[in-house]
Amino acid sequence: MLSVSWLLIAIPLASFFVLMVAGRRADAWGHWVGVAASTASAVVGIGAFFALVGRDASERFEAVHLFTWINGGDLKVDAGLLLDPLSITFVLLITIVGTLIHIYSVAYMAHDARRRIFFAYLNLFIAAMLLLVTADSFLLLFVGWEGVGVASYLLIGFWNHRPAYATAANKAFVANRVGDVGLIVAMGLMFAQFGSVGFAEVLGGASGASTAMLTAIGLMLLLAATGKSAQFPLQSWLGDAMAGPTPVSALIHAATMVTAGVYLVVRAGAIYEGAPNARLVVAIVGAITLLLGALIGTAKDDIKKALAASTMSQIGYMMLAAGLGPIGYAFAIFHLVTHGFFKAGMFLGAGSVMHGMDDQVDMRRFGALRSAMVITWVTFGLGWLAILGVPPFSGFWSKDKIIEAAFVGDGWQPWVFGLSALIGAGVTAFYMSRLFFMTFHGKARWTDDQHPHESPLLMTVPMMVLAVGSAFLGLFLAVGNRFQNWLAPVVGEHEHAEPVLSVPVLTTATLVLVVLGVGLAYLMYLRRSVPIEPPPPSLAVLVARNDFFQDSVNRAAFQTPGTHVTRTLVYADAAIVDGAVNKQATAIASFGQASRTLQSGKVRSYALIMLAGVVVLGAILVMGS
Amino acid sequence: MSPINFVYLAAVLFAIGAATVLVRRNAIIAFMGVELMLNAANLALVSFSRIQGNVHGQIMAFFVMVVAAAEVVVGLAIIIAVFRARQTISLDDPAELKG
Repeated sequence: MLSVSWLLIAIPLASFFVLMVAGRRADAWGHWVGVAASTASAVVGIGAFFALVGRDASERFEAVHLFTWINGGDLKVDAGLLLDPLSITFVLLITIVGTLIHIYSVAYMAHDARRRIFFAYLNLFIAAMLLLVTADSFLLLFVGWEGVGVASYLLIGFWNHRPAYATAANKAFVANRVGDVGLIVAMGLMFAQFGSVGFAEVLGGASGASTAMLTAIGLMLLLAATGKSAQFPLQSWLGDAMAGPTPVSALIHAATMVTAGVYLVVRAGAIYEGAPNARLVVAIVGAITLLLGALIGTAKDDIKKALAASTMSQIGYMMLAAGLGPIGYAFAIFHLVTHGFFKAGMFLGAGSVMHGMDDQVDMRRFGALRSAMVITWVTFGLGWLAILGVPPFSGFWSKDKIIEAAFVGDGWQPWVFGLSALIGAGVTAFYMSRLFFMTFHGKARWTDDQHPHESPLLMTVPMMVLAVGSAFLGLFLAVGNRFQNWLAPVVGEHEHAEPVLSVPVLTTATLVLVVLGVGLAYLMYLRRSVPIEPPPPSLAVLVARNDFFQDSVNRAAFQTPGTHVTRTLVYADAAIVDGAVNKQATAIASFGQASRTLQSGKVRSYALIMLAGVVVLGAILVMGS
Repeated sequence: MSPINFVYLAAVLFAIGAATVLVRRNAIIAFMGVELMLNAANLALVSFSRIQGNVHGQIMAFFVMVVAAAEVVVGLAIIIAVFRARQTISLDDPAELKG
């Protein structure tokens, strides 16, 4: 199964082409082709997983050479796949969650005239994402990286007949481009230092490079990761990306694509090993984003935007864990996997709510949906418990470990990172409970013509599967450190280190904060009735509701100066460069204009000029001698 | 008689020829002016040959005569062609090449 792992990518890619080329003929059955392609990929992925599990831990990697891709002088790049526990973990997450979301989308997009195109894009995304995680060089990874960017752009702007959605797609694309520059620069530095961009050469040779070089590469990779994973300071696109259909938000902007940055940082662990400063920046970015996202989440009334803020915050946790070094890598990926399940489940739940409520997304217009949508309520509730970190649900096992790991170290770092993670957990509990209570409990605040109803089985079954994952996956993977041992061949073993506060204290503190968060949400949004019109916001709420004015900051810091610089350059181009060229042309033209009067057409005047010339020549000769 | 006087004569003849070309409109007359200038040059060349005491100038004069003969053939042919086309041989009349 490992040698044919290229099928992982080839099947959905082929399906993408079939769906695009077949045209309207495929409208009736195209979505099932999409589902089948994704399922086939999942089967190949599971087969590859079992093939790897069957081996000794030290031999669990397989390099699959595909073809010589670039053979240009010193730069020789082979296209090849690398299957190891880390990439297979991603493959399983992408294909399984992806397939569930494909199935869900069949029903969710049933009334959309362009459902076939939607599935084509989804398959393109699956193919690109699998390429991203299985590539064996940074350059091939970059192809997948751009591929998921394109798929994300196409899907955010899927309903691009609404200008705001098209703008959101552009925004995501542009923010991602800023990050991509980082990846390109990093690859250039790698080539300069190691003469190669393959994982084996770069990561294997990292210990021989200077700290400054590794720091530069690490920071550039981090820039790429912040773009793709919506981390501070490139976080602004994720909220608007919710313009895409909800299954897209679940698959791309919650479970898989936005975690690619975490994958990149963990994969490049050997580089960060030699660049402690770059690693520290990763952790700081993660800590900032986890708090930023959580605080934004408290003020959003749009259910999808609240979930998007939560995604940002949870990826902040992963980034923080990845920035802690080998102690955190396994937990970063662990949280990534559990988050993939519970957040995708919750997004699908939100989609189910929207499905039953005529695409309403304002939580102030929800309430009391528990009785109308029992399955959605239960599955969403499991996701809610998981993200809260309530034992024994999934999030507890992964997030608690990150909080513990954040408290390991000396000096100021464990306190800053640990307390950020701890406070983040409390705020998470508050905003997720707020979301949950406002949506499913309290009084019904529906508009008059709404009749909420449960979604069809095609939608609820994937939600149930994801809910089971939200509930038990963490426990299953945490027992006997199964997940850590599984990833150990890639991210390295790490000796157990004691946090600055003892583990029971930390767990208790986390749970107390979670209970406080839930209690506060209970008091504010369940005991008190929720007004349909948002009350006049306090300053803090105003700041959070406007995403910490990220757009205004970007506008003031980049857009406005950028516009001015561009205008100046355009003016300079017109006045100086074009001006010089045009002046030359004008001068030549006027010279020609002047000389044409000499061409009188009169033979005798020509003769006169010739004679004058002869006289002048003669005069010169006479004078000269 | 000093050969330098022939050079003076040549200069006078050249000036007369040049003036003819510049002031006369009739192509035949102007053509005669050109011939006069050519032969003035020949006279000057031969005089220089005499002054220098070698034959370089005379050889040059032969070349000029050959060129002049060829020039007469072409030039008269052009004049006849122009006359056929426009019934006039005024030099000022054809001015289609005015810039």
